[in-house]
Amino acid sequence: MANQVCFRNNHLENSWTLEAYQSNGGYEVLKKILSEKTPAEELIEDIKLSNLRGRGGAGFPTGIKWSFMPRNAPGQKYIVCNSDEGEPGTCKDRDILRYNPHQLIEGMIIAGYCIGASAGYNYIRGEFWEPYSRFESALEEARAAGILGENIFGSGFDFTLDAHLGAGAYVCGEETALLNSIEGKKGQPRFKPPFPAGFGLYGRPTTINNTESLASIPVILAKGGQWFLDLGLPSAGGEKLFSVSGHVNKPGNYEVPMGTPFSELLEMAGGVREGHQLKAVIPGGSSTPVVPGEQMMEVNMDYDSIAAAGSMLGAGSVIVIDETACMPRILERLSYFYYEESCGQCTPCREGTGWLYRVLQRIEAGNGSNEDLDLLDNVASNIEGNTICALGDAAAMPVRSFLKHYRDEFQYHIDHSTCMVKSDW
Amino acid sequence: MSAELISETSRADIDRWVAKYPEDQKQSAAMAALRIVQDQNGGHLTQELMDAVAEYLQMPAIHVYEVATFYSMYEHKPQGKHKLCVCTNISCMLRNSKQVVDHLQERLNIGFGEVTEDGLFSLKEVECLGACVNAPVMQVGEHYHEHLDPAKIDELLDALRKEG
Ligand SMILES: Cc1cc2nc3c(=O)[nH]c(=O)nc-3n(C[C@H](O)[C@H](O)[C@H](O)COP(=O)(O)O)c2cc1C
Ligand code: SF4
Ligand code: FES
Repeated sequence: MANQVCFRNNHLENSWTLEAYQSNGGYEVLKKILSEKTPAEELIEDIKLSNLRGRGGAGFPTGIKWSFMPRNAPGQKYIVCNSDEGEPGTCKDRDILRYNPHQLIEGMIIAGYCIGASAGYNYIRGEFWEPYSRFESALEEARAAGILGENIFGSGFDFTLDAHLGAGAYVCGEETALLNSIEGKKGQPRFKPPFPAGFGLYGRPTTINNTESLASIPVILAKGGQWFLDLGLPSAGGEKLFSVSGHVNKPGNYEVPMGTPFSELLEMAGGVREGHQLKAVIPGGSSTPVVPGEQMMEVNMDYDSIAAAGSMLGAGSVIVIDETACMPRILERLSYFYYEESCGQCTPCREGTGWLYRVLQRIEAGNGSNEDLDLLDNVASNIEGNTICALGDAAAMPVRSFLKHYRDEFQYHIDHSTCMVKSDW
Repeated sequence: MSAELISETSRADIDRWVAKYPEDQKQSAAMAALRIVQDQNGGHLTQELMDAVAEYLQMPAIHVYEVATFYSMYEHKPQGKHKLCVCTNISCMLRNSKQVVDHLQERLNIGFGEVTEDGLFSLKEVECLGACVNAPVMQVGEHYHEHLDPAKIDELLDALRKEG
């Protein structure tokens, strides 16, 4: 089984159009909910039953998140979609926006209905001009068809939805930075508490969900929470999009059940690059710990199995690395990324990411010293747990895991001032 | 009145963005406004333009500068007519983005952050563009160019040159 949820329409011609979407049952469940006035609590229960876990990286159950919203409190409330997609290795939300934008719109309207919000924003990263245009056209179509705006399907329910465009900043994917960014501010994360469910966009109660989470909603409610749960595992329902990139023959986005063996996913992606062997896998995006290849071959693609291997499912961004990779070089590049993208608010992150990068740079350049490896460990541990947002941890975790599994390569660099492994790239 | 620096078309475009947000939250359109005036100005911002945005959206200028310097897509120096933004992050690196960078630098005879003498191209190293399964990737204007290799790059450069 594959392509049951967010990619279920991708085979249709011009799948992004309203016509194509409706030809496959699109907007039917919304219509049903609005005409029957299904109680929000009932819908939220079904989503809890589905055990849909947030697809943005943290894996928090969506139904539980929605139940935190003070849905009956007076005044404006918001549903915000996170299409910032900046975690290196991640490129699934882009394809939802390009190929199935209406399912996201339907999901956001239903989310609004469930949490008592009559307005929503989709935050799309600034570089995604083409996906943004697709999404805008879909919004236009939906407005013209009376699916967005006032009195949707004549039900008396109002909902407006707009897209906000970012302008280049990974940290804006962090939900409170994202809210600041919509407010026209620098995208710096906020202290929590207060949490967005109490004080979010423009100070109003807000729920933020990932694109894939929200686009899953219409299918879950159309087919039932139990159906979705049964697609995956009791600990994590559904199918999940995995972006498989790097050294494989057929890189791509694959929507497969939670718990699919990594070895099967690798096979779908055409296996490791012709004539090469698997060395390592970063299973959930650049912020998640690297796992040695042979160990990864025993892992299933779900939260618990990947956690047992010392890493995280994250956003399902599977980066496959073959034997030609120089691990210090990869880590140096990642540490540069976190250094560049740190918003600078917290000292441990601002200073620590700079340290990590400088030390890794000198190791990679052949100027490292024996103390440098312990120094990296120290700096990483000083960041961990001491910052406002998880970007700090995200910078520290790869360092720890690369040193844990590939310390010999770093040591070789220090001893011989050159790479142990010569890359052809 | 520095807001006059903003053209009619740009204003109309900014107004469409302002309309997306609650009436008392005009500053939410600052990011879009900065992008729009940057495009109007051929690819980079100036102090005058930032002031114009502040005035137009009735917000403190310092607030606009903060936004304009926080996000990486705003430029504060002249750029080439075509800004080539090459991703060198992990998935692209594994698929030989180095070859893409080398080839571009050789063909254009410029490094990152530089503009060709004819003003046609500038090169920029960027972080993950969110198209990793199609690596190596480069963004030019509104478009992504994927699965890049030297032949594809040559073809693209020729097409952009023809466009002028
Ligand atoms: C530095 C940083 C970057 C993040 N980037 C994204 C992102 O691009 N997309 C996303 O959905 N979540 C991202 N997140 C997670 C969000 O903060 C948030 O948990 C998520 O959007 C919630 O949606 P979900 O519950 O549906 O997963 C990021 C978090 C951090 C700390
Ligand atoms: S951890 Fe880093 S990115 Fe996050 S708020 Fe602190 S300085 Fe900013
Ligand atoms: S790493 Fe280059 S597009 Fe993601």
